[in-house]
Amino acid sequence: MQTPGHLTPAYSPQAAERLASMADVTASDAALRRFLHGLPGVDAVGLEGRAATLGTRSIKTTAKAYAIDLAISMIDLTTLEGADTPGKVRALCAKGVNPDPTDRTAPKVAAICVYPDMVKTAKEALDGSGIHVASVATAFPAGRAALPVKLADTADAVAAGADEIDMVIDRGAFLSGRYLQVFEEIKAVKAACARPDGTAAHLKVIFENGELATYDNIRRVSWLSMLAGADFIKTSTGKVAVNATPPNTLLMLEAVRDFRDATGVQVGVKPAGGIRTTKDAIKYLVMVNETLGAEWLTPEWFRFGASSLLNDLLMQRQKLSTGRYSGPDYVTVD
Amino acid sequence: MAFEYAPAPESRSVVDIAPSYGLFVDGEFRPAEDGKVFKTVSPSSEEVLSEVAQAGQSDVDAAVRAARKAFEKWSALPGAERAKYLFRIARIIQERSRELAVLESLDNGKPIRESRDADLPLVAAHFFYYAGWADKLGHAGFGSDPKPLGVAGQVIPWNFPLLMLAWKIAPALACGNTVVLKPAETTPLSALFFADICRQAGLPKGVVNILTGDGSTGAALVAHPDVNKVAFTGSTEVGKAIARTVAGTEKKLTLELGGKAANIVFEDAPIDQAVEGIVNGIFFNQGHVCCAGSRLLVQESVQDELLEALKRRMSTLRVGDPLDKNTDIGAINSAEQLARIKSLADSGEAEGAERWAPRCELPSTGYWFAPTLFTGVTQAHRIAREEIFGPVLSVLTFRTPAEAVEKANNTPYGLSAGIWTEKGSRILWMADKLRAGVVWANTFNKFDPTSPFGGYKESGFGREGGRHGLEAYLNV
Repeated sequence: MQTPGHLTPAYSPQAAERLASMADVTASDAALRRFLHGLPGVDAVGLEGRAATLGTRSIKTTAKAYAIDLAISMIDLTTLEGADTPGKVRALCAKGVNPDPTDRTAPKVAAICVYPDMVKTAKEALDGSGIHVASVATAFPAGRAALPVKLADTADAVAAGADEIDMVIDRGAFLSGRYLQVFEEIKAVKAACARPDGTAAHLKVIFENGELATYDNIRRVSWLSMLAGADFIKTSTGKVAVNATPPNTLLMLEAVRDFRDATGVQVGVKPAGGIRTTKDAIKYLVMVNETLGAEWLTPEWFRFGASSLLNDLLMQRQKLSTGRYSGPDYVTVD
Repeated sequence: MAFEYAPAPESRSVVDIAPSYGLFVDGEFRPAEDGKVFKTVSPSSEEVLSEVAQAGQSDVDAAVRAARKAFEKWSALPGAERAKYLFRIARIIQERSRELAVLESLDNGKPIRESRDADLPLVAAHFFYYAGWADKLGHAGFGSDPKPLGVAGQVIPWNFPLLMLAWKIAPALACGNTVVLKPAETTPLSALFFADICRQAGLPKGVVNILTGDGSTGAALVAHPDVNKVAFTGSTEVGKAIARTVAGTEKKLTLELGGKAANIVFEDAPIDQAVEGIVNGIFFNQGHVCCAGSRLLVQESVQDELLEALKRRMSTLRVGDPLDKNTDIGAINSAEQLARIKSLADSGEAEGAERWAPRCELPSTGYWFAPTLFTGVTQAHRIAREEIFGPVLSVLTFRTPAEAVEKANNTPYGLSAGIWTEKGSRILWMADKLRAGVVWANTFNKFDPTSPFGGYKESGFGREGGRHGLEAYLNV
């Protein structure tokens, strides 16, 4: 996927230079606080109203077929269970490569998302497929560990071959107003994503919107993370009661749009948790389309963190091509 | 490849429009006495939808007679009995809402998304709300046993045909009045379907009478000596003529007229939501809204940022087939209205304001006007003073809150206003000083049957909705 010339992807070496122009706002805790608290407020009723209105778009026929394939190609197919085994991870990888065994035209997913100790297994299973391995890290999901532990966790996943790191922020530090600490931590994790050959794993920063609770906080943490070098910003871990919602994702889409306007640096967005149906996924794609436009409608800039969503997309895909609904026994359980 | 939405048309087959309709008088449909008819067209395609009767003086006489006859029994019914009919009507409207939404979009040109998600739910809510008041009038603050006025002559506009009908008929019936209602010439169909709903609900004959026709029918109705109450929603010009007609009689009058509302955006506003509110304020229903936020007053310190965001948002508005579920802006209601919008927009350019509209392809048949923005507008421009009643926004700037109030109030109208700021104390300070019947804070064009609506100055008098809305239909 080509990125327009005037834009700098967050993961390119030039991004750091672009962000240097914003260095004054992250120079001290006080400066960062003033900047974040100076961002425009969010009116909750208005934000939720806009997300609901976009949710009424009616996506049919050719548009639906396009959206389904696009959504499949954007999935970070995820298993994050204590019970994960190499067998389970390999099965999920096979599914990611070939989502619909009865229809090889179905696109492959974007990435397989696992815990750090499963990265090696996933990497081997996906060898040559072009599918990325994403690893959660930094004491996912709570993030309650000392920084050296989080960095070691990250470096371990990168060394095992992770293409992408999904880190969690320290919500405790954020909620108690220690913004610079959160900022420095993200920067340190970003540094830990570097590989010996000079390349780096892409960094997704997970906010856990459900714990940050207010929309103002979500806007602030979006800017904070992007200033610290996030390649992607991600709604949630999927492990708490409130995960991705259309309004909190819409707010993050607005943040990456405004950030690109301010810095020229493009950052991706990943809603995760709670997106289970084709209808839901299409609502998110409509939000991306009408807030950011085509430039973000690629797996490079938008992802779904999901597991059960894939089978629903496949069933809807089969319905479009055959005219009949199949059923859960006609898609694979992995 | 871009994400293009395939057409998603709502089915027309859910509504069955007859080739012709008569007047609804005394519970029956009948032709006009002199046999005159006129055509109603779909503004998005110019297709003739149906032919309806043009009521003349003798038809007005017959309708008022029927309403007078029905008044005796209707007003004597216990409130709880009247409420049963209103609840029944509300439920039938809900059950038939898809059909009515399609009908409204066909006859009016408004997008189905709005008729389905705004008009119809509000119509049903209004009947439910006033049904609840019917047996509690003694507790509304107008005395222990307030009496109805008698026969109400009601004339409504074409912008929200069924919703304006609900605003007029629901409180009138709840209070024990009977009505003769004249829908607008260009949008008569939903009122005729409502007549059918009255029959379906078993409403006693003559309680609701519907007369279709042009301005002369309305003039005859409001001048009729046996009408006790006149309620009108429409242009200030016609409102003034009605006020002259009614002057010196014992008729009680409420007028809901034009507006030139200011939508005021402060530098500390929630910008993304303010942009949505501006768009909703002026482009909702193609700007055919008397309380539309047609003047954007933006604080100079955020002007550039806000206008850039607004233009970006306007570029995503989808103009086209009203029945497509993804349409944001439908057709202008009539050729006449389109001509008026065009002429006022041209005057904006001629007077030196800068015109901007997003690139959008307009259909080749029907009446269309692209969403349009004027910058560099001053209080002296016609587009800042006259009601355009179309999708045209005039942008003015201010420096201080006091200047915002002064400019917002500097209009002969006073129907509504909007304030966008995160500062609660400023909202209260502004709301206190704005001479407008409705002041929205961090939202715009939000309606609810419990909330009174009406104007100051040339925007009319009297309130519709809420407890206040009962006063217009009670002898107090």
